[in-house]
Amino acid sequence: MPKRVLKEFKVEYLQILDENDNCDESLMPNLSTEEIKKLYEMLILIRVFDQKAFNMQRQGRLGTYIQFKGQEACQVGSAFALKDDDFIFPMYRNSGLLIARKHPIIQVLQYWGGDERGLRSPDNVNNFPISIPVGTQGIHAVGVAMASKYRGTKQAAITYFGDGATSKGDFHEAMNFAGVYSAPVVFICENNQFAISVPRSSQTKSETIAQKAIAYGFEGIQVDGMDIFAVYKATKEAVEKARAGKGPTLIECFTYRLCDHSTSDDASRYRPKEEFESWLKKDCIERLEKYMRKKGMLDDAYKAKVLQNSQGIIEKAVTEFEKLPLPEPKDIFKYVFAEMTPQQKEEMEDIFN
Amino acid sequence: MVVANIVQAVTMGLRQELARDKNVIVLGEDVGVNGGVFRATDGLQKEFGPDRVIDTPLAELGIIGVSIGMAVNGMKPVAEIQFSGFVYSAFDQILSHAGRIRMRSRGRYTCPLVIRTPYGGGIRALELHCESGEAIFSHVPGIKMVVPSNPYDTKGLLASAIRDPDPVIFYEPMRIYRAIKQDIPENEYNVPIGKASIAQEGDDLTLIAWGAMVKTCQEAIEKLNNKYSIELIDLRTINPYDSETIISSVKKTGRCVVVHEAIRTCGFAAEIIAAINEKALLSLEAPVVRVTSPDAPFPFYKLENYFLPDVNKILKGIEKVMSF
Repeated sequence: MPKRVLKEFKVEYLQILDENDNCDESLMPNLSTEEIKKLYEMLILIRVFDQKAFNMQRQGRLGTYIQFKGQEACQVGSAFALKDDDFIFPMYRNSGLLIARKHPIIQVLQYWGGDERGLRSPDNVNNFPISIPVGTQGIHAVGVAMASKYRGTKQAAITYFGDGATSKGDFHEAMNFAGVYSAPVVFICENNQFAISVPRSSQTKSETIAQKAIAYGFEGIQVDGMDIFAVYKATKEAVEKARAGKGPTLIECFTYRLCDHSTSDDASRYRPKEEFESWLKKDCIERLEKYMRKKGMLDDAYKAKVLQNSQGIIEKAVTEFEKLPLPEPKDIFKYVFAEMTPQQKEEMEDIFN
Repeated sequence: MVVANIVQAVTMGLRQELARDKNVIVLGEDVGVNGGVFRATDGLQKEFGPDRVIDTPLAELGIIGVSIGMAVNGMKPVAEIQFSGFVYSAFDQILSHAGRIRMRSRGRYTCPLVIRTPYGGGIRALELHCESGEAIFSHVPGIKMVVPSNPYDTKGLLASAIRDPDPVIFYEPMRIYRAIKQDIPENEYNVPIGKASIAQEGDDLTLIAWGAMVKTCQEAIEKLNNKYSIELIDLRTINPYDSETIISSVKKTGRCVVVHEAIRTCGFAAEIIAAINEKALLSLEAPVVRVTSPDAPFPFYKLENYFLPDVNKILKGIEKVMSF
C-alpha cells in the first residue's frame, strides 16, 4: 500500500508596512488618522519610558530593569486591539504593554522600584501581574478564557511570552488545553531571536514558532513584529475570533531585542554587531514615521511635540514616584490570605512590637 | 443522616457545593464519565453536565494552571489530582502563582481554588503513590493545607475549603477512604479550617495526629486498655494549624507524642514541637517524641509496613514519654 498524505499545512506571514517604505494598502486595518497618531504617540511614550527607566537603574534610582526596545510595536499594536476588560497575562519584558493598557506609569516605576503596589491592576482594566517565571502564565490565560466562556462574559485572554518560553512544558500544556477547550485565548510570542544569549535556532528545530499551533489544532501566524499595523491586524482578528467562540490563535511577532536582556546583561558578548545593526534599520518607529509623513499625518513640528509631551509625562511620573512614601511594612501580611492566620498575627507582633 | 465512608463524603460535599453555586466546577483526569479512579466524583457529570464536571487532558500542571485562571476569573474550581505524588509537576504553579496572586495583585485578584488529592501509604500501591507531602505545602505562603480523618469532617471541611477565599490543598487519606463509616448529615454543615478537634479527652498524655494516622492512634489507645489516659488531638488543618488546642492540652497533660506518616526531618511534627517549646516548655514532664516514617524514599510495598508508623510504634513512643 503506498503511503498517503494525511494532512498538509501552511504557515502564513503577515507584513503590511515594511522597512523600505512599502505599504500594502489592501491589507491595511481600518484605522483613522487619529488612531494612527495614537499608536505613534504611544510608541514614543514607551520608548522614552524605556530609556528613562534604564538610566534610572544606572543611577541607582531603580532596581533591575528589563528593557523592551525593539518590541514596542508588538506591545502597542496588540494592546490597541483589545477591550479594557480583556485579560492580559504579561511577561517581564512588557512594561510598554502595561502602559499601553492604561497601567499608570508611576505604578510601572513602582514595580521596578521594588514596591508591590505597582502590580495592582487599575480597576477599569484587567492587567494580571507580570510573570517572572518564564512562560508559566499562559495556562492562567487559558483558565481565565475558559471561565469567560463558561460565564458568558465575552472577555478574551491574551498571554505574552518570548521565544525561549516555547521550550517549556508549560507552553505545551497551555496550548493543548486552549485547543481542547476552544478557549477564547490569544498567545502572543514576541520572538526577539534570543533567550538572553541563546539564539532561537537553539530553542527549537521548528522553522517558525507560529507552526507550533498546528499541532494543537488551531491557527498560528507569523507577523512582522516591527510592523505595528500587522501586529494590530493579527491581534484584532484573533480576539474577534476568540469572542465569536472560534477558539485560540498563536501570533508569532518576529522581532528583535534592540537592547540587552536586562540591566545586568551585555548583549555584545553573544550578538554580532552587524546583526544588531541590520535590525536597527527595521525599527518600528522609523517606518511608521515615514508612512505618516507620506500620508500627511506627521511633520517635524508634530514629531518634536510628541517627543516633548512624552518626556514631560515620564518626568512628571518619575517625580511623583520618587516622592512616594514607603509601602506600609505591615502590608507584608495583609495580602497573603483574606484573613491573617494566628501564626501570622504572632509573627507580626514579633517583628513590629 | 446517611451512612457514608470518606469517599462518599467527598462526593456528597462536591454535590452539595455544585448544587449551591453554579461557579463551582470540578475538573481533573477521569473525573467525568468514569467518576474518578476512586469514584469520588461518581455520578456528578451526569447530574451537573460536562461543562461543570470536566474531564481534562492528562496534565497536572495544566489542570492546576487552568484552575488558577478560572479562580482568578470568578469561578471556584475543585481540581482533582489522581495521586498526591503527581502534584509536583504543578508545584511551580502552586508556589510561584496560586499562593502569591493575592499578594502580587494587592488583592485585585484572588485564587479560591481547591486541589483535592489522595495521599498516604499502606495500600500496597505503586511507587510514588504513597507519600505524605503536607509539610512541603505548609511551607508555601498563601496556601492552606487540610487533612480530614473521617467522613463527617471530610464533608464539612470540603465545603469550607470550597467556600474559602484562598487556595486550599485537600489531602484525602487514601488508606482509610473506605475504612470508616459514619452517620453524617445530608444537610449543609461546615467544619472550620484551622480548628483541631479533640477526638478523645484524657489527662496523662497528648497524642497528636492527622489523616489516616488518627485511626491508627485510636487503635493504639484501644490496645493500651486504659493503662494511661490519652488525649487524642486530630489536627485536621496543617496550615494554618490550631496551636491553641495543642498548647492547652499539653499544659494539662505535660506529655506529648506527635505521629505522622511523612518522613521525620522537617516533618510537621517539628513545627508542633517548636510551638510547644515556645509556649508550654515549663509544663513538660518529658521530651516530646515523634513517631514518623524515617528519612528515606517511601519503599516499594513489600517493606511499607516497616516504614510507616503503626500501633506498636505509637505504643513504644507513648511508653518512652510516660516512662521518662
